[in-house]
Amino acid sequence: MNPLSFITNSRNPNLNVAQIYRRYSNRSAYIPLYSQKVPAGFPSPATDFVEARLSADDYLVKNPISTYFVRVKGDSMMNAGIFDGDVLIVDRSIEPSIGQVVLAEVDGEFTVKYLGNNKLVPANPNFQPIEFKDGQTISVIGVITGSMRKFL
Amino acid sequence: MKRSIALIDVNNFYVSCERVFNPKLNNKPVVVLSNNDGCAISRSNEAKELGIKMGEPWFKCQELARQYHIQGLSSNYALYADMSNRVMAILRDFSPNQEVYSIDECFLDLTGFKNLTSYGQEMRGRILKWTGLPVCVGIGATKTLAKLANHCAKKMPEFEGVCDFGALANHESNALLMKIEVGEVWGVGRRLTSKLLALGIKTAYDLKQADPEYLRQQFSVVMAKTVSELNGTICIELEDISPPRKQILSSRSFGQPVRDYNSLAEAITLYMSRAAEKLRAQDSVAGLLHVYIRTNPHKPDDPQYANGMTISLPSPTDDTLQLVKTALWVLKRLYKRHYAYAKAGVYLGDLMPRSSAQIDLFTSAQPTSRSQNLMSTIDQIQAKMGRGSIKLASEGMSYSWKMRSGRKSPNYTTSWDGLVVV
Repeated sequence: MNPLSFITNSRNPNLNVAQIYRRYSNRSAYIPLYSQKVPAGFPSPATDFVEARLSADDYLVKNPISTYFVRVKGDSMMNAGIFDGDVLIVDRSIEPSIGQVVLAEVDGEFTVKYLGNNKLVPANPNFQPIEFKDGQTISVIGVITGSMRKFL
Repeated sequence: MKRSIALIDVNNFYVSCERVFNPKLNNKPVVVLSNNDGCAISRSNEAKELGIKMGEPWFKCQELARQYHIQGLSSNYALYADMSNRVMAILRDFSPNQEVYSIDECFLDLTGFKNLTSYGQEMRGRILKWTGLPVCVGIGATKTLAKLANHCAKKMPEFEGVCDFGALANHESNALLMKIEVGEVWGVGRRLTSKLLALGIKTAYDLKQADPEYLRQQFSVVMAKTVSELNGTICIELEDISPPRKQILSSRSFGQPVRDYNSLAEAITLYMSRAAEKLRAQDSVAGLLHVYIRTNPHKPDDPQYANGMTISLPSPTDDTLQLVKTALWVLKRLYKRHYAYAKAGVYLGDLMPRSSAQIDLFTSAQPTSRSQNLMSTIDQIQAKMGRGSIKLASEGMSYSWKMRSGRKSPNYTTSWDGLVVV
């Protein structure tokens, strides 16, 4: 297929030279392209520098399909910077490893703790670790990849 | 080339969704009820074993429920739609050709793929890990066989959730088909079952061995096609099915690739209007709506994009205007620029008779004829002023997504107030 055949696309008469250039130099990137006419005089020097505005979603969520949010109650993870009312980002697709903060299920309840060797460890000296015997598996739902807190 | 079609579906979908976010429901008898807590529409295996039937009115189960502590939950379609979208998105990565058949099942074309049983296990593993939902995978040379393989994967533990007829010797798959009642075959309803039984056709294997020409005379061309499909000849291509009454599908490939949003919006508007007409023709209302768009997978050199989304309607409706509005709202979220779209479609699900749907207090008495008038007016304006002269999408959405039901779980994934507390 001729890659420029769409120039004659009558459905989108607003396509202009600037757009065609960016479309084919950014094959896979998703960036905003404004339907701006090319001026007859000097072109706007900014048109080549249009980029996507930063998105908190992109920053916090790597894999949206496997990502869930949960809300924190209590202060057992206080010293890990996780406080009552925070919203945590859980990615189920990540393979958990020792030392990570994880969402686990214990007796039908969800809990957030550090993953240890056969135990779930709180980040608060007032709480006891949850120990597991050999052969007992800790049911880890996902890895906590970040948290969100609003001040207003 | 020998074809390989997979059917993947989520086990006890609604109940399984509830369990992901409330693990206390695991290993307990649970049923999910239809709108207004009417009937059981999804049952855990424990509830099935206690004898709760599909579609059984909940008030009739009260005695049993008290005795065995059966949990009856109101349906939470916002949750199910979100989980469905996640499952379908995961499966989309496993094949270039996907047909979302309903909220909890889809076909994948795996023709040319190798080691299909382990591929199916990979799907199961990833869906379980990423969503917490259990699925079964059935693989066969046709959609009809894939459905039956899925049935085996679900009912026979030795398959561990994945059954590939293609990996079995002929006598092995025939032995399986002999164990399946003919009523389980795709497209064979209750009425046809009794007629087939009268002819001595009792199992899926019997039907496979039957003379297609004789069945064409006795039944219809559809039954003859089913026989061909059971023998491994594709008669029903992916996305080429006349859908069962529980959902209405409207889709079409474009004559030439479409790139701009407006053209897609026109197509979606058209398809949705048609689907809504069919919906009214059978006196039903829809509770769920699905929209999908995709590029041409047969042009691998072009950039590829395919996406679909299911959402629940605030209340079941057959109103064209509301359905179109909602579909365009979905389309806006699916659409990405710079792709050459080859196909778009919509389907309506969670259908129920209009008479049993709750009528909104503030809806006028004849919403249907009113919206029909409006739609035909829009069509006339478009005919006069050119296509795209009227855009419904710009109106935006101001729905409250709340359902009216008593025992509904929170919207764990679609509302900040509904998040799981840990």
